[in-house]
Amino acid sequence: MSKLISADKLTRADFTSDQEVRWCPGCGDYAILATVQRLMPEFGVLPHQMVWVSGIGCSSRFPYYMDTYGFHTIHGRAPAFATGIKIANPHLAVWMVTGDGDGLSIGGNHLMHFLRRNPNVNALLFNNEIYGLTKGQYSPTSEVGKVTKSTPLGSPDHPLQPVPFALGAGAGFVARTVATEAKHQMMVLRRANEHKGATLTEIFQNCNVFNDGAFDKFTARDVKADRQLLLEHGQPMLFGKDRTQGLVFDIKSFALSIVKVGENGVTEDDILVHDEHNLNLAHLLARMQYPAYPVALGVIYSEERPTYDDVLTEQGATAVKKFGRGSLKELLHSGDTWTV
Amino acid sequence: MAQSAAPQPPTGAKIKTLNGAVVRFAGDSGDGMQITGSQFTSTSALLGNDLTTFPDFPAEIRAPAGTLYGVSAFQINFSSDAVFTPGDAPDVLVAMNPAGLKTNLSHLKTGGLLIVNADAFSKANLKKASYDENPLEDDSLNAYHLLSVDIGKQTQAAVKETGLTSKEAGRCKNFWTLGLMYWIYSRPREATIKWLEAKFAKRPDIVKANILALNAGHAYGETIEFSHERYEVPSAKHSPGTYRNISGNQAIAWGFLAAAELSGTEIVLGSYPITPASDVLHELAKYKHHGITTMQAEDEIAAVCTAIGASYAGKIGLTTTSGPGLALKTEGIGLAVCTELPLVVLDVQRAGPSTGLPTKTEQSDLLQAMYGRNGESPLPVIAAYSPGDCFHSAIEAVRIATKYMTPVILLTDGYLGNGAEPWRIPDVDYLPKIEVKKHTDPEGFHPWLRDEETLARVWPIPGTPGTTHRIGGLEKDYNSGNISYDAANHQRMSDVRAAKVAGIAKDIPAQSLELGKENGMLLVLGWGSTFGAIREAVSRCRERGLDVAHAQLKYINPFPENLQSLLAGFDRVLVPEMNMGQLVKVLRSQFMMPIESYAKIEGQPFKIAELETRIRGLMES
Repeated sequence: MSKLISADKLTRADFTSDQEVRWCPGCGDYAILATVQRLMPEFGVLPHQMVWVSGIGCSSRFPYYMDTYGFHTIHGRAPAFATGIKIANPHLAVWMVTGDGDGLSIGGNHLMHFLRRNPNVNALLFNNEIYGLTKGQYSPTSEVGKVTKSTPLGSPDHPLQPVPFALGAGAGFVARTVATEAKHQMMVLRRANEHKGATLTEIFQNCNVFNDGAFDKFTARDVKADRQLLLEHGQPMLFGKDRTQGLVFDIKSFALSIVKVGENGVTEDDILVHDEHNLNLAHLLARMQYPAYPVALGVIYSEERPTYDDVLTEQGATAVKKFGRGSLKELLHSGDTWTV
Repeated sequence: MAQSAAPQPPTGAKIKTLNGAVVRFAGDSGDGMQITGSQFTSTSALLGNDLTTFPDFPAEIRAPAGTLYGVSAFQINFSSDAVFTPGDAPDVLVAMNPAGLKTNLSHLKTGGLLIVNADAFSKANLKKASYDENPLEDDSLNAYHLLSVDIGKQTQAAVKETGLTSKEAGRCKNFWTLGLMYWIYSRPREATIKWLEAKFAKRPDIVKANILALNAGHAYGETIEFSHERYEVPSAKHSPGTYRNISGNQAIAWGFLAAAELSGTEIVLGSYPITPASDVLHELAKYKHHGITTMQAEDEIAAVCTAIGASYAGKIGLTTTSGPGLALKTEGIGLAVCTELPLVVLDVQRAGPSTGLPTKTEQSDLLQAMYGRNGESPLPVIAAYSPGDCFHSAIEAVRIATKYMTPVILLTDGYLGNGAEPWRIPDVDYLPKIEVKKHTDPEGFHPWLRDEETLARVWPIPGTPGTTHRIGGLEKDYNSGNISYDAANHQRMSDVRAAKVAGIAKDIPAQSLELGKENGMLLVLGWGSTFGAIREAVSRCRERGLDVAHAQLKYINPFPENLQSLLAGFDRVLVPEMNMGQLVKVLRSQFMMPIESYAKIEGQPFKIAELETRIRGLMES
């Protein structure tokens, strides 16, 4: 289970543990695991310098399958554990896996504070819009009216959207991808890895047992070109099979609207260009939902700011600089004392 | 114990020597009573008195002025003898307003000196304190030696030259009062003046005004027609050493800093503000240069989880809280039990249930600490018994947590946390080192390899080559650490987790007696902060010739190995505790002995007299 290897000779096998993977056959999690294990060698981080942290749920089994350090913690609290690990040893590469129930229901508070606090930790949120491990109840991302075992008359809850939530929480990096799109997922995770600070990547992931086909309407092969907007920084936001549809900002409705290049005098120059650093644009893109809009995939927002672990380390260093290394003896004798 | 004489009628300003005295300051939460009390404490400590204090304040930050529930009090017992409690009944009560008088008068000894700020006895304030008549103007205070002074006016006059607004000037009246008390008890003013100069360094006008008020109060004692008796309380016979005044919360914070130094391992504190534990977070946050990282988490749960994450990464995880916070941390602590990671959880107990009485003291989290987790999840529980012992208990908690790879719950309470006493500073060179072992050997590695003697699992740290592994809250296989649903394995793992904690009994001191001899008629067995009151009560009973002994438990899970035989040697065992009888339940269930309970749950510490009465009632009946 443990090997000694060098950073330039890493392979997928170095990140693959000897544990039998126990997700249901056909689960979308397999695809994410395979992509991550293929991608990790690229980062040049040795497996023993990496920690995968998770909460509870199907997705949270993930660390057991990575031959790195891993901590399968308690429901919803992975962000707090990951933060503790990172501030204890900022040299570790810390990755976190959570789901829509774990991260947004029981753990919503921690995820919010994790994102605003900004430790240099990468979080992957596997969104399947259902509770899998507890066998099929609706989740905070399930649609209104969702019929499940716990909502036989349909869910009355308005769903939460992970990316707008993350932006609202002050996240410095928010991205979105699809479990089965290995290439796109790799591109997004590379970007997350490069980003210094907390990152949140929402991954649409199919639960073929309890919520099969939840994302087919915009991820199916025959429709995805028309129903996805693949974001690239600095590029016009065009989509569609022939890339003739695009986004413009309509000042009257204060919203994005879809136009067709070549119609009504619209040219490619009229199409909005994606700017990852524009928070207002990010909020608009994050809220685009099919069928009114294509679903935005890729890096929606990215803006670096000081990380939590760096600031804490710096505070410690500043204190040492100011007061010198603390001496217990001096401390105990500081202030008013008297000798008998 | 101090034999305090009640102040006598005027006899001139001759100084009379006392063994000790109990003084209580009471006033509105805005009157600065805690500062007044702690200044009187510091000065008395520097004079070499032994002392114990009891800050007794409301939960409201700024309750409406003059209300009964907004009263803040501070009691100090100072003596030339050893003292163990803040004293049952004050010799002097200072009441800065009618509400302070109303809520505290019952504490004052008959014939005691009662100093009141007459200016505050306005119609409105009297009404707020539910007085129909002004008690200063009827005969209701005849049982006391009343000194009614227009402290407000005196203070305004004293600080007039500074040009402060009358509101700001009014705030100096606590230092005027302190000056008078310093005169009565012959205390020097220098330490307080020094403190004022440092505290208000940026406001020289405030410094000056408070010094003027302090001096004016002192001069008032000298010059008034009403010349009250003066006292002095000589220094106590402390054993040689260097002393300082320390509160329980400060001592425990410093104990954790000591543990970091003694173990050579940094501490990561995850904490969420909660009364009365917040001061430990505040204190530790000041010492980032002492090998500690502090984080104010978003809630109690995140606080404990952050600490556990840090422990997984090789630091000593620490979280500090009070009862309701401990309830929230329950699941996290269970994970630390299951993953066998070192963690220290400090619970500065307060009165419950639920929000309870946040600023009042209680020992009612013992059963929560012992059993408050899902599944079979044993962990060590220890309880500090005095402010000074808080320092050593913090070190001991870290030693046990790291040696046995287990969460440890350390119990103190509001009374212990906020109370202060003179403390002989230990010689750092003689504090035992804490040996922390990290596992780095890849040969035959798995994360649940155990030490044969302690049964502690290894502590492999992320970043170490060759020991990558995954842990979590699922049951693990005894022989590989991998997830296991095997029936016999779960039994085995449950047994070994229990045996590991039980085995700590071999690694802690035998239970000793504070007072008395083994095999007597009655043993009074306390735990935690009841130490001082029980010790003094038992001591008084022994002076009466009663065959009674005192032991104070510090190690509650596991109990010291000799505890059962020690208890069996006495005809009767009485357990006083500030709850409904929690330690008694644990003792009875483990030892099947007819142990008797003296449970009190009033949010206030035991008084010596009530313990003495109970003991005498048991023995003389």
